[in-house]
Amino acid sequence: MKSNSSWPVRMIKGFGMFWWDFLVGDTPELFLAALAILGIVALLSLSAHANTVAVVVLPVLIVISLGLSVYRGVQDSKRN
Amino acid sequence: MVGVTVSSGVFVLVAAVFLASAVEMVEALTIVVAVGYTESWRSALEGVGAALVTLGVLIAAIGPALGHFPITSLRLIVGGVLLIFGMQWLRKALLRSSGLKAKHDEDAIYQKMVNELESEGQGPARSRVAFVMAFKGVFLEGMEVVIIVITLGASAHRLGDAVLAALAALVIVGVIGMIVAKQLSKVPENSLKMTVGILLVSYGTFFTGEGLKVRWPGNDASLLFLVVLYALIAWVIHVIIRAAEAPQQVSAA
Repeated sequence: MKSNSSWPVRMIKGFGMFWWDFLVGDTPELFLAALAILGIVALLSLSAHANTVAVVVLPVLIVISLGLSVYRGVQDSKRN
Repeated sequence: MVGVTVSSGVFVLVAAVFLASAVEMVEALTIVVAVGYTESWRSALEGVGAALVTLGVLIAAIGPALGHFPITSLRLIVGGVLLIFGMQWLRKALLRSSGLKAKHDEDAIYQKMVNELESEGQGPARSRVAFVMAFKGVFLEGMEVVIIVITLGASAHRLGDAVLAALAALVIVGVIGMIVAKQLSKVPENSLKMTVGILLVSYGTFFTGEGLKVRWPGNDASLLFLVVLYALIAWVIHVIIRAAEAPQQVSAA
């Protein structure tokens, strides 16, 4: 089926699809985790001015997110 | 006496620009070499070329105004992207190293692609990932070099000296990069992917923090701490998965 969209629309769609695949792909949990981490650290650093807490929390949240995502990958591999 | 003061000032300026530029270029080179080996050299070099052209156009268009560019916002965006991509890469490498994600299928696909390309007489396969990662790495670090050169050089009225110092750093880091690249080619692909994942997550953490005005203890030195931390965590996760999977593999045998 050939698309009737004009080239600017196809360009925008292609651009959006590229970034969707690049950032979300088959690990949407990592994308959501990164957004949540940014929000939490922004609150700590910019609003609460809790720099020391932010320095500790940022890598800890990343490690937890990575661990949970790897766990999901392990469970998926067992099911398949 | 005046000559000595001017010479010391120039020396400090040149040394500061050279070292800062070298650090930024090594960071960019790490990303370029890694994606070149694991994905595609051709696409990685195209990414470098595109980033250099974009930087050139930006410099020509914006010029000294780049010194006032909101690098904090840029670091936040790039840090976030590096963080997501680094975690994706590290996750994949961990699952592969633990035998939970098949390597054989990808090897077969890779071999098939190589055979096809060889029969068609083409160069190495292109990779969007390699292009984008090389582009972003060189663009971000290059942007920082440009800002360092312009701010330090212009403020000391020694823009020419600052540019020469940055170019010297580029040549030296490039030569070292070619030597390192030969050694990197002997590293197994999945180990390299694991290393790149660790580096990307480390840089992602650092840039994201800086973008959110987090003051890292020891400034840039905290990057080393982050690399060690994530390497340790990756090793622990690898050991845990292997230990959990070992009894199942024995019973299956």
